[in-house]
Amino acid sequence: MSETRDILTGPIVKNNPIALQILGVCSALAVTTNMNTAFVMTLAVISVTAFSNMFVSMIRNHIPSSIRIICQMVIIASLVIVVDQILKAVAYDVSKQLSVFVGLIITNCIVMGRAEAFAMKNPPGISFMDGIGNGLGYGAVLMFVAFFRELFGSGSLFGIEILPLVTNGGWYQANGMMLLPPSAFFIIGGFIWIIRAYDKKQVEAPEFIMAPNSKKGAV
Amino acid sequence: MSANNDTISKTITVTVLLCVVCSVIVSAAAVLLKPQQIANKELDRKTNILAAAGLMDSSKSVDELFSQITTKVVDLETGKFTDAVDAATFDARKASKDPALSSKLDRKDDIASIKRQAKYQTVYLVESEGELEKVILPVHGYGLWSTLYGFLALEGDLNTVVGLGFYSHAETPGLGGEVDNPLWKSQWPGKKVYADGAMEPLLGLIKGKVNPDAANAAHQIDGLSGATLTSDGVSRMVKFWMGENGYAPFLTNLKAGGV
Repeated sequence: MSETRDILTGPIVKNNPIALQILGVCSALAVTTNMNTAFVMTLAVISVTAFSNMFVSMIRNHIPSSIRIICQMVIIASLVIVVDQILKAVAYDVSKQLSVFVGLIITNCIVMGRAEAFAMKNPPGISFMDGIGNGLGYGAVLMFVAFFRELFGSGSLFGIEILPLVTNGGWYQANGMMLLPPSAFFIIGGFIWIIRAYDKKQVEAPEFIMAPNSKKGAV
Repeated sequence: MSANNDTISKTITVTVLLCVVCSVIVSAAAVLLKPQQIANKELDRKTNILAAAGLMDSSKSVDELFSQITTKVVDLETGKFTDAVDAATFDARKASKDPALSSKLDRKDDIASIKRQAKYQTVYLVESEGELEKVILPVHGYGLWSTLYGFLALEGDLNTVVGLGFYSHAETPGLGGEVDNPLWKSQWPGKKVYADGAMEPLLGLIKGKVNPDAANAAHQIDGLSGATLTSDGVSRMVKFWMGENGYAPFLTNLKAGGV
């Protein structure tokens, strides 16, 4: 059972798809201006990764290796369309805000990365868990980034006002940069820093060591 | 993965089966959820119309509130109501792409940068006891990144603004996106579109804050700080739709009672 737990919780901190594998950063920049959309996006990604992993794993023994990527894409794309349709039917407002980014889950590297790296080699049950785990890892970063962006950019959390804005007669001058995509880079960078400070194993060995620009004797 | 997976027949079988199964799932989802999605779109549109007209009341359902509104289609050229299309199903946004129902705008007329304009527009009237109380007009125009779609509501005098609301745009959040800010929108009610007796739209956004003592203060709205292009876009949108190519002929007729 502990193996299942590792697969489920490992990707949240130890093997986070965004922080360690640096996958799926693009959508993390786009949908994190408020907690609400980030949360719905998280749910969407969790369900897509989990089910695509499960279905890919179910037919893994029949997929011809020459077209395996296309087969995975067909499954992923179908699931994303279904998720998009469901969102439009049950959460119309949020789906309007997410707009194209639900469709872009198809191109989210996490989904295909997990299908190719894990689901092709493992049975359906455990692949499903791996999908949920990686979705959660992605979601954790999304929520972390959205927390700071919404709090400092709009003074609210989940749309509930925390810091009253100057424009609404309060005292907090909103930080406009937080609402623009580049701020997510800084926050994700900070997140990676925190994780690697806590888990030193994730720090990569430097690829090269900078040579000193002058010889010792010359000084 | 056994080796025989890579034979041509197996490859084709797997591909065909996978495609059939996936397409059945996708089409089933699309067909089954369609009614719910259409209902959502309807609700969203009605909510926006009611919000622009300041008729939102959380104690009543949207449909109940919407029942006081009459939907009509206006021929923009003649400025008269028309029965050429069904008011309940006419979609001006779709019609503006249809050559039979729309016309290309001249560059110099197209101040709102919308390129094509539908011949007809759906308008919403609120009447009580035979008196026109409010008229809600759909408007759209290009901002910085996107076309802003919204509603502008006027009082029965067809000059005083009741409210403006956008239901679809993709302007920069926090800058141009402030067109959705309730505090900014609260400036619109009470502003006048035209000077008395004239049909030349004057209403627009200015740079900075409006000086309440200025001669034109009744026609001015604070510009959005940090969003010059969105502000200009909103100004041009109002000028276009309230002008000769927009609703001016219709409003003139409505005032004279000749629709």
